Amino acid sequence: MASEVRQKLTINPVDRDREARGLSVDVPSDLQCIEEAVELVSVRCQEMGLCPKTARFNLRVALSEALANAMLYGNKMDPSKTVRVTAQASLDSVSVNVVDEGAGYDPSAVPDPTRPERISLPNGRGLFLINRLVDEVTFNERGNAICMVLRRS
Amino acid sequence: MSFTEKSEDGVLVVGVDGQLIVGNRHELKQKLGDALEAGTRRFVVDFSATGYIDSSGLGVLVSLARKIGESGGAIRLAALNTDLKTLFELTKLDTLFELFDTVEAALDGF
Repeated sequence: MASEVRQKLTINPVDRDREARGLSVDVPSDLQCIEEAVELVSVRCQEMGLCPKTARFNLRVALSEALANAMLYGNKMDPSKTVRVTAQASLDSVSVNVVDEGAGYDPSAVPDPTRPERISLPNGRGLFLINRLVDEVTFNERGNAICMVLRRS
Repeated sequence: MSFTEKSEDGVLVVGVDGQLIVGNRHELKQKLGDALEAGTRRFVVDFSATGYIDSSGLGVLVSLARKIGESGGAIRLAALNTDLKTLFELTKLDTLFELFDTVEAALDGF
């Protein structure tokens, strides 16, 4: 099952300077691919120097959220659209970018899911968790690309 | 990822092996929903073999808690590791659920 899903992921060549430290992978808009994509990126980020605990938990949850958002709300589950995940290391951190083919959204418009009136709602916690679990979060102007930075230590 | 289940004195104990995420949340919802329709009212979800939970996984637990509560039942969550507990604390869902250190503790007096 895992190997069948892995075949759906397209690992892109990265430029020579980043070859040893970077990763670029295209993930189809298929929720069943998320776990495998997250595993692939988590393992590669550990190889880039991210501490195992952070890679195993913080990165996995945050990336799972970012991929689900990208597929569901960005690409609207259009099978012709993919989500590109890239990761690269710097001296003190690892950056993971998730880009979809959608119109983008305004992250500042997402309400706080811990407010009393929202606590019992089943959804709306994805971006909140990303913000709490990684060290820096930025979006591009269009709102279809999120960059998550995790410090190595 | 898979789900295990066993019955302990009328309590359905469901174990989450692997992740509870957007890709498999419906399976858990279906499993507990079917048991609820069949008459089960007390549920324990065992997270001792769980890697991580995403917001969809948290969401399905919230939905199930409401549905089970409306039917006069109850759900308890057990054996969450420190990371998983952190997710419930960050989202303040620890105020909505009863969290127990072990399945045995969750079953005790349930």
